[in-house]
This record gives sequence, C-alpha cells and structure tokens, in this order.
Amino acid sequence: MKHWLAKWRRIWALTRKETRQILRDPSSIAIGIIFPLVMILLFGYGLSLDVTKVSVAVIDNDVSSDSAALIGAFRLSPNFVVTVAHSMTEAKSLVMDRKVDGILQIPSDFSRLRHLGAAEVEILVNGTDANQARIMQAYAEGPVAQWSAAQSRSAASASAGSVIVLNRIWFNESNDSHFFLVPGLIVLVMTIIGAFLTAMVVAREWERGTLEALFVTPMQAGEFLISKFVPYFGLGMIGFGLCLLAGQFLFHVPLRGSLLLLCLASMVYLLVALAIGLLVSTLVKSQFLASQLAMLLTFLPAMMLSGFLYDLRSMPIVIRGITYALPARYAVTLMQTLYLAGNVGGVIWVNLAVLMAMAVGLIVATRLATRKQLS
Amino acid sequence: MRLSLFRILALIQKEFLAVLKDPRSRFIIFLPPVLQCLIFGYAASFDLSSVAYAVFDHDHSATSAALLSRLDGSGVFLRQADLGRVKDISTRIDSGSALLVLQIDQNFERQLLAGHAAPLQVIADGRNSNTAGTALGYLNRVVEDFNSDWRSKHSGSGPTIRIVTRSWYNPNLDTRWGMIPSLIGTLTLMGTMMLTALSVAREREQGTFDQLLVTPFRPFEIMAGKAIPNMVIGLGQATTILLMSQFWFHIPFAGSFVALYTGLGLFLMAAVGLGLFVSSIAATMQQAMLYAFLLAMPFALLSGFTTPFSSMPDALQTVMVINPLRYALDITKRVYLEGAGFANLLADFFPLVLIGVATLSGAAWLFRRRLT
Repeated sequence: MKHWLAKWRRIWALTRKETRQILRDPSSIAIGIIFPLVMILLFGYGLSLDVTKVSVAVIDNDVSSDSAALIGAFRLSPNFVVTVAHSMTEAKSLVMDRKVDGILQIPSDFSRLRHLGAAEVEILVNGTDANQARIMQAYAEGPVAQWSAAQSRSAASASAGSVIVLNRIWFNESNDSHFFLVPGLIVLVMTIIGAFLTAMVVAREWERGTLEALFVTPMQAGEFLISKFVPYFGLGMIGFGLCLLAGQFLFHVPLRGSLLLLCLASMVYLLVALAIGLLVSTLVKSQFLASQLAMLLTFLPAMMLSGFLYDLRSMPIVIRGITYALPARYAVTLMQTLYLAGNVGGVIWVNLAVLMAMAVGLIVATRLATRKQLS
Repeated sequence: MRLSLFRILALIQKEFLAVLKDPRSRFIIFLPPVLQCLIFGYAASFDLSSVAYAVFDHDHSATSAALLSRLDGSGVFLRQADLGRVKDISTRIDSGSALLVLQIDQNFERQLLAGHAAPLQVIADGRNSNTAGTALGYLNRVVEDFNSDWRSKHSGSGPTIRIVTRSWYNPNLDTRWGMIPSLIGTLTLMGTMMLTALSVAREREQGTFDQLLVTPFRPFEIMAGKAIPNMVIGLGQATTILLMSQFWFHIPFAGSFVALYTGLGLFLMAAVGLGLFVSSIAATMQQAMLYAFLLAMPFALLSGFTTPFSSMPDALQTVMVINPLRYALDITKRVYLEGAGFANLLADFFPLVLIGVATLSGAAWLFRRRLT
C-alpha cells in the first residue's frame, strides 16, 4: 500500500514538473495553440487548389468577323482575362514576364477553313505549372464550345442526341475542399504536437545530464515515461479541440459519424505520435538528430503520404506499399470517413485496430528502450 | 583585417567539424533531401493513374456497352463490378472500393436514337473532393469523345472547331517537371533555416556561446562564421537535388548554372539570415527548432509550391513579399525549365538581397544586445 502511494507521488511530482516546463516555455504554447490556429487559418482561407481565372494573350492572325466572335466568347467567359497581343514575340515575352498564363493563336486561314468544317485554334500554355496549364486547357473548351453552338444554331444543323453526365458527389455535395482538409488537419496537428515536442524531451535530459541525476532517485523507467506522456497528451488534446471547433463553427464540416469514435481515434493516434517522438528521443539521445528524425519520420509522411493532400490512389504501387507502414495513413482514413461518410463499420474498425496495435507496440518498445543505465 | 579574416576562417572550420564530424549528423543532413525528393517526385501528384468504378446498367444495349467499352479502353478507368442491385451502390462507395458508380437508364439507347439527351448518372466518392473532381473530369472527356463520334455518325456534321494545344517548357504536362525544380528551394529552405537556428541554440544551451563572446571575436565575425558554413551546406543540399532531378528524374535543364547558382546564393543568404534571426530570439534548442518550423511551414505552404500563388487572397499575397521561398521558386523554375537569364530574374534577385540584409543585420543587432 505504502509502496503504491510512493509510486503515484513520484509520478505526480514528475508530471507536475513537466507540465510547468511546458507552461513556462513560450515555444511549447506556440506549437500547442498557435500552430493549430495558423494551420486552420492557412488551410481554411489561404490555400486554394482552385484556379478560377487565367489570363490569356490573344493573337488574331485572321481578323475576320468569325475570329472576333471567338475572341468575344473568351472575353465573356468568367474564367478568362483577355489581353490582345500583336505578334508572337510580344505574346511570348508576356508569358516570360508572367503577365499572362498562356496564348490563344487564331491562324490566318481560320474563317476560310471554318466553312469547310476544319478550323483550328492554337492554345499555347506555360507548362511550368502543369496543373494550371491543364486547367487552362479545360477552360478553353468552354468558350470554344459556346462559339460552336452559336454557329451551328445559325446554320440550323441536324440535331443528334448526346449523353449528359449528371453527377452527384457523395459526402461532399458542394465540392468544398475544406471538407477533406479539416479531418486531415487534425492528424497533422496531432503529429506535430505529439512527435515534435516529445522528440526533444528525453534527448534534452540526456544532453543536460538531468537524466543521470534522475537515475540516483527511486524513480522507475515506467514512471518516468508516464510523466512524459501525460502533459503532452493534454497539449495534443487542446490542439484537437481547436481543430474540432474550427471544423464545426468556422468551416461547417458535417460530422456524420459519432463524436465519441472521433475522440477515441484521435486519442489513439496521439498516443502513437507521442510514442514515436519519445522512442526517437530515447534512442538517439541528441536533440539535433532527434528533431530531424522526427521531421522525417512523422511530419513528412503525415503531410505527403497520408492521403491528406495527395490521394493515395494516384501513387505508384511501391510508395503505396510504404504508406501501409505509416500510422498517419490510418488516422487520415479514419478521420475522413468519420467526418464525411459516417460510421462505416468495416473501414473504422480495421483502421482503428491497426492504430491501436501500433500504439501498443510503440509504447512497449519505448518502455524497453528506456533503461536506468548509462550507455 | 587579415586577423579578422583568419578568425572567421577558424570559426568556419570549427563549425564544419561540429556538424560533419558525427557520421549520424552527416547522414541526417543529406538523407532527408534525397528521400523527400523521391517521395515528392513519385507521390505528390494531383493526376490520377487509375479510377476504379462500378456500373449499374439497366439498359444492356449495344450503345451502353459501347460507352462502357470506351471507358475500359481509356486505360484510366478500371471496372470493378457490374452491379445488379441499388443497395450495392452505397456499399461500393462507402467501402471505398469504387471511386465512381455509373448508372445507365433503361431508356438510354432509345433516347439517344430519338435525338434526345440521355442522362448518365454518376455518383462520386467525395471524401477527397479534389480526387472526385479529377475523376469526373476524366469521365467527361471520355463522354465528350463518345458524343462527338455519335454526332458525326448519326447527323453527319462533325466538330466545327478543333483546339490544338501545345505546351511550352513541359511538353507532356508532367506535374513532376514543375515539382522537382521547386524542391531545390523548398527543401533547402527547411534544411538550412533549421540547421542554422539549431547550431547557435546548441552553443547557447551548452554554454559555449558565452565562451565565444569573451573571445576577441566581434559579433559580425561570429555571424559570418555561423552563416558561411550553413550556406555551403545548403548549396550542397541544393546540388544534390539538382543532380537527382537531372540524372534520376531526367528533367532537362534549360538554363544557365551561373544564373541558377547566383539565385541560390542570394536565397541561401536570406534563409541563413532567417535562421540566425530565429536563433537570436530562441533560448533553447527546442525553441529554436519550433520557431524555425513555425516560420518555415507557412513560407513553404504559401510560396506557390503546392497551390497556385495567384489563387491566394490578395492580402496574403502582399504579406508574402517577405517570403524568400517565393522568389526562389520563381528563379529555379524559370531557369531550370524556361532557361531564363539574368535580365528576367532581377525582379527576384532584388527582394532576396533585401531580405538577406534585413535579417542578417537584425540578427547581428540582437546578438549585440545579448552582449551587454
């Protein structure tokens, strides 16, 4: 009985010391509270994958009523800002100076060939940003189709049936990218708080020699670990809470699954992140190395290989294989499903089970790596 | 003057020893750029190589079969299943085994033959709305092709106008061609800023910085001794990525190395300046690392690296004039892919010089305040 009491007193004392250290260090608060806020605001308002307007320089070599009508269609399109260029050299220098994104060239035989039904226009895009170039290509089809339709109406050509695609995007009817960014953001924030802060915690004690001082106390390795886990777990849950509130009240992301499961999933993932940080810290014993390793092992995978920004389905098979070893992948799948699809039994239990197994495995590994002895 | 130079050289030598002596830390300086280059090169793409779909065909006509075989023949669409019950649709989407589910009406062929519009109902998994949008775009393109063929077969009038697209600097519009040259700046910024910030913070934490302050070194010399080695390491990281992009990813280099390295030199001066600035504020290594991260992260995200710079709100675009990475991305992409020369790049060089001078002198001032 007395033994247990002493044990809990030691854990309590160490935890209190660790908590004070967090509270008194402005950088911990910055990463626990300011970082989630900055990320929420950046992803919510700063970043957009949508290109709404592209600017194009038009070279009209034909100068006919037909070409004027086509240019008119581009001017009317909400997606284009039209600049007139008089020569290819002029247009090219506009592209080089980033004044326009691409060039529309109308050949001199445009209106002649049009009546033969074989007219061509040339779109030159700057492929440096492949994504933007492809969007411009797709946008260009709009005004051209409009022009064609107007022309064929006047020619009263025979009508033929066509297939019309009626699409419905489930889980995200309004096609709002916040809907999938917010769930992913929770994972990213937990990763940073969980792994980054703790990666330096044990290494710092090694570097400063305070760990050696702890060796001569009755403290046990398990107690030491608990005192490291608890305060950072608290900090991580604050970050989670901020993301949750932002998702509900700022971006109105629907939470279709159960809140309880969402909390459970985040807690399990936070444990995984904390364990990775502590394990790295315990193993390398150097703050510099630990910080770089934590970046490489946790932050990058969470950002790049988790399905947060880039879809796993579009990755080559080898990379996709690697993602199965990364906890962030399971966490992002869980969050996105819980938020947008709801309690889909199969998906949730499998991913949650994998995360739990990882948490247990990593905590055991950390416990084994923590020994009260000098290396 | 000569003495000062000698002191700086000694400090530089010591700095290189401190970082590169330990094999583990040599490893950790050059491994991340290589790994990240590979990961970004292969994983960071908004293109879809395959779209898994399922179909519920109520029509079972020759026309619906023709449309589906066109999808299967596109090389992108992979048919997972032919569904027979409405209930299966939600199972397929929920479990994620199909990204799209197509439903073809039983009047599909009849309506087309009658000259009406025949609806093709598509349900997409919107958990990643970006992917859903891309997949629907692919589908629309296939359907458009189908329509224009159908029209020319059944009414005789072919398409009246054809768009010929040519793409400059990146003929196949490969995302990787823009991505990898951007990494030269992005990864170097992350690495250099953090390395610089940590190297001063480590000395401060271990107490050797105080020892340095009682030596005849002037603050300017200490700054130079810290800045130059980190700039050299940054150039090493940048060169590693440059070599990988040319010899691993085979992206042709169009410009001049002189222009590229001039730009990189200025950029690294700004990056090291930021690192030193952070370290003059931070008291411990943990603070240095976290502050550097808190600064580098928004810089990387708001530079136009992952999302187009011009799509950002105007206010943010204005604030980002202080972001060195934004200019570095412009320089590397334009020199690498477009072959831009000095004249095109002056607008990028100038702000980098300003940022470098401002951060370095700011850091020097803060260091001197620590002295008194």
